[in-house]
Parts: sequence; C-alpha cells; structure tokens
Amino acid sequence: MMTQPLANPHQEVHARTLFGFWVYLMTDCILFGSLFAAYAVLHNSTYGGPSAHDLFSLPYALAETMILLASSFTCGLAMLGAHLNDRRKLLLWFGVTFLLGASFLAMEISEFTKLVQAGNSWQRSGFLSAFFTLVGTHGLHITTGLLWMIVLLVPVARHGLTPTSLKRLTCLRLFWHFLDVVWIFIFTLVYLMGVK
Amino acid sequence: MRSRKLALQKGAEHETLKAYLLGLGLSILLTLTAYFVVVKHVFTGWTLVLAIVALAITQALVQLILFLHLGRELQPRWNLIVFLFMVLVIVIVIGGSLWIMYNLNARVMPTMDVDTYMLRQQGI
Repeated sequence: MMTQPLANPHQEVHARTLFGFWVYLMTDCILFGSLFAAYAVLHNSTYGGPSAHDLFSLPYALAETMILLASSFTCGLAMLGAHLNDRRKLLLWFGVTFLLGASFLAMEISEFTKLVQAGNSWQRSGFLSAFFTLVGTHGLHITTGLLWMIVLLVPVARHGLTPTSLKRLTCLRLFWHFLDVVWIFIFTLVYLMGVK
Repeated sequence: MRSRKLALQKGAEHETLKAYLLGLGLSILLTLTAYFVVVKHVFTGWTLVLAIVALAITQALVQLILFLHLGRELQPRWNLIVFLFMVLVIVIVIGGSLWIMYNLNARVMPTMDVDTYMLRQQGI
C-alpha cells in the first residue's frame, strides 16, 4: 500500500511554485516585522500630538477585523469549490471574498482620510509616521490582493478552470490568509494596546 | 474508479471544510476575548499586555494550522523549516530593536523624556 502520491512531473512543478511563494510570504513577514519594530519603538513619540488612545476607536477596528476574518474564511470555501472543479461555487465565494476585502479597504481608507483631515497625518509625529507606514503597507497588500483576484478570476469565468489557474489561485489563497494573520497583530499591537 | 476517486476527494474536502469552520470559530472566539479583556479592564499593566499578546499568538497559530495547513505537508517539511527560520529572524529584529532603542533612550536622557526635551527646544 502506497501512502505517498505517485510522482508526477506536473505536480512537482506545482509544489515547487507553492514552496517559492511560501518563501516570499515569509520574507514579507520579515518586512512587516521590521515595521512592527519601528512602531513599537516610536509609539510613544507623539511630539505633543494625539496618542493612540485619543485617535483609535476599538469597535471600528473590531468590525474591520471581523470583515477580514470572514473574507479569509470565504476564500477557503472558494478554493474548496475549485478543488471539486465546481466553477460556480468558486466564483460565488471569491465574489464574496472580494466584496468583504473591498469593504475592509474602504473602512481603512475612510479612517485614514478622517485622520488626515483632522491634521493628524504621517507628518504630525513619529508615532503617526510609524502607524501610517505599518497599516498603510498592510492596506497596500490588500489592494494588490484585490487586483490579483480580478486578474485571476476573469479568465476562470470566461474560459474555465485549468491546472495553471488552480495553481495561481492556491498562491492567492495563501496570500489572503497570510494578510489576515498579519492583521491579527496589527489589531492587537496597534489598536488594543493603544486604547487599553 | 473515477467515481471512487471523486468520493475520496469529497471526503478530503469535507475534512478541510471542518478545519475551516473550526478555524473560523476559534478565531472569532479569540478576537472577542481579546476585545473584551481590554474593554472591560479585566487585567491591568503588564498582565494585560501579556494576555492579549498570548491571545494574538494563539490565533495566529490557529490560522496557520487550520487555514494555511502549516506542518501538515509530507517530509521533509520545508515550509515549516522556512517558517521557523522566519520566526527566528523576527524575534531577533523586533527584540533587538526594542532592546537597543530603549537602552539608548535610557542612557542618553537619564532624567528627561526625549519628547519633553524636544518640545522645550522648540519653545512650545
């Protein structure tokens, strides 16, 4: 009885691509790690301006967290559909993922706009520079993820699912779950610790 | 043969779905716990910081295992090895930065906070 799957050149390339993408995600983690370190060092350097306690609203951040968590979950459901070769399920759940991701991004942009309009932009203090860099980099990743989703899903909707598109969608799924893991730490270290 | 393969695959997908539902449930629970620990002032000071950081790390592990399937690959588990190396680098980067910067802060300005000093220099 064999427990390992048979060697298949196609599958091997597939596995190698996924491993390469995983290594990229780990280096991205180190990028976020350095930004977290900068934030941890600068979070008290408010230069007489408002601190995290004055600026952030916890219920709002909790809503953002739940929306992103839900989108991470629906992304998983979409890939279950993909593995069963169920194109309708795949497109439906990726559609939901996209809408949730877009709502998250809209909430973040609205938060940033309010801060800047109140005169608390990244130029105000070291704390706000670190905050905008950290949360903005995460938002930029989310934006990239949403664009990537459109680019991958339009061909799937028009021409159907191929092994190559399945491989690319698997990379996207890893990227999307990874962004939710990073957000857990932003929610905890920036919002919860800032408002406590 | 083909139908049997599909049935096997459906069984595997069912397992994955269960893992996803469990991951979602645990993540919601851990997020809400952290939120209420802060809002209801269950702990104060360092206990609070340690509690919410522990909750965040637990949730990250839940999602890494149940959503990203970390550690469930076949030998020789390269994904896990790269992940652990990343954790080591992160610990050195964050721990080292905090250590150096706080030490520097304490040594350069023993009696006065840097912010107060800068404000005074500005004459505000």
